[in-house]
Amino acid sequence: MNSFSYTRAEAVETASREVSNNQTAQFVAGGTNILDLMKYNIERPTRLVDITRLPLKEIDDTANGLRLGALATNATTAYDERVEERYPLLSKAILAGASAQLRNMATDGGNLFQRTRCYYFYDTATPCNKREPGSGCSAITGYNRIHAILGTSESCIATHPSDMCVALAALKATVNVTGSEGERTIEFADFHRLPGDEPQYDNTVKSGEVVTSIDLPADGQRFAKNYTYLKLRDRASYAFALVSVAAALDMDGDTIKEARVALGGVAHKPWRKPEAEDLLKGKKATKENFERVAASLLEGAKGFGSNTFKIELAKRAIVRALTMAVNGQH
Amino acid sequence: MSTKVTQQPLGDVAVALPSLENVTLTINGTQKRLQVAPWTSLLDLLREYLDLTGTKKGCDHGQCGACTVLVNGTRINSCLSLAVMQDGNEITTIEGLAKGDELHPVQEAFIEHDGFQCGYCTPGQICSAVGLINEGKAKTADDIRELMSGNICRCGAYVGIVAAVEQAMHKCQHQH
Repeated sequence: MNSFSYTRAEAVETASREVSNNQTAQFVAGGTNILDLMKYNIERPTRLVDITRLPLKEIDDTANGLRLGALATNATTAYDERVEERYPLLSKAILAGASAQLRNMATDGGNLFQRTRCYYFYDTATPCNKREPGSGCSAITGYNRIHAILGTSESCIATHPSDMCVALAALKATVNVTGSEGERTIEFADFHRLPGDEPQYDNTVKSGEVVTSIDLPADGQRFAKNYTYLKLRDRASYAFALVSVAAALDMDGDTIKEARVALGGVAHKPWRKPEAEDLLKGKKATKENFERVAASLLEGAKGFGSNTFKIELAKRAIVRALTMAVNGQH
Repeated sequence: MSTKVTQQPLGDVAVALPSLENVTLTINGTQKRLQVAPWTSLLDLLREYLDLTGTKKGCDHGQCGACTVLVNGTRINSCLSLAVMQDGNEITTIEGLAKGDELHPVQEAFIEHDGFQCGYCTPGQICSAVGLINEGKAKTADDIRELMSGNICRCGAYVGIVAAVEQAMHKCQHQH
């Protein structure tokens, strides 16, 4: 780990200023990802701005739903009674990720900023456009079993590793940030980005902007009965997803009023396609209808050799997750 | 007690070292005022400077759980936390679980069920199990397996570990 200086932020505004005025400064909260990356020399901040003492830990009821403070831990959030009751999909997704120890440290805000677990991003001896822009992508022609099949570019085929974010995408959460230009709210679909020719940027947050909270909209509560988070991985626990599916249905008898489907492990961001979800509007919950959704979601999917199996795996996982959601199997 | 924790530079240093940070930690019931370099992990502070080597450094990347300690009763990976960020907190390590000669129920259960072979992961397993019991979310052996998945045992003593945690969990619940 390189030498760095440390400061403990007392207010959101000063934290934001510290980082926007210094390109090599970074925020630290739970630390579970950035400290790992610093030990591998992948992140090399010269200054860490500790935001853990800011008053952003609470989970509060809002007129429109629930507001998760950015510094609420993943564990606190997953086990919060209001989250369990109104947004159980989120609880399920959080508990499918990491380990109990990590969830106790990791914050909700920090979860959004998790970096990819691409082997080559972690291996400083190999080219990686995300780590070293312009150096090339080792994964496209290398070992790419865990890599993306949707929304890839010639520069990068990395995936976003979060489970929590897949549920937040399905629930259409919004993210509140504060920066030098004041406060703004980012739709979840716009928070993370596709790699394009600038894979070094994982998201659309500007330098120095602090995530202060995540809002769960009231209408997400319609999915508290018929939902599932299906995570397929190489071992039963404590492993990143090869493919995951957050499926949520608002049902009227056996007719679907509204469906949400988000995929993890397949793209640079949680993968959602509203047109695919609309195929289920007013339709019966049948395997054929679910297969149509799966085909639409995977439209344009491209394998790179070792990860080509994910295309069929994702289609089957979508059908299975939607079937489980109908049956109330979580 | 005040301890200065720093690495003395050898010879000329090319760059100025960042200043040491003051932290106050309560470690196994004893309050300590320390000065630490910002990059000192909680794990390294315990092992290298406070001689509490019960907490183990396995992967040093949050993957194995050998470094698990309790912070204010909550289990965390001490390798992925900076000591300076723990200012004001109560840290409990494996050395702090027994009351004198009386072992913690989790320690007793690990002995009774042979929950180890080489023993390297054991301090982390035991601290993690104490954290699991504090959390109160595990009800079944399957829950224990899931909620202990952040602690890897390369000897494969999992059967004994799960049995030990299950017994200690029921014992601790009865005491409350």
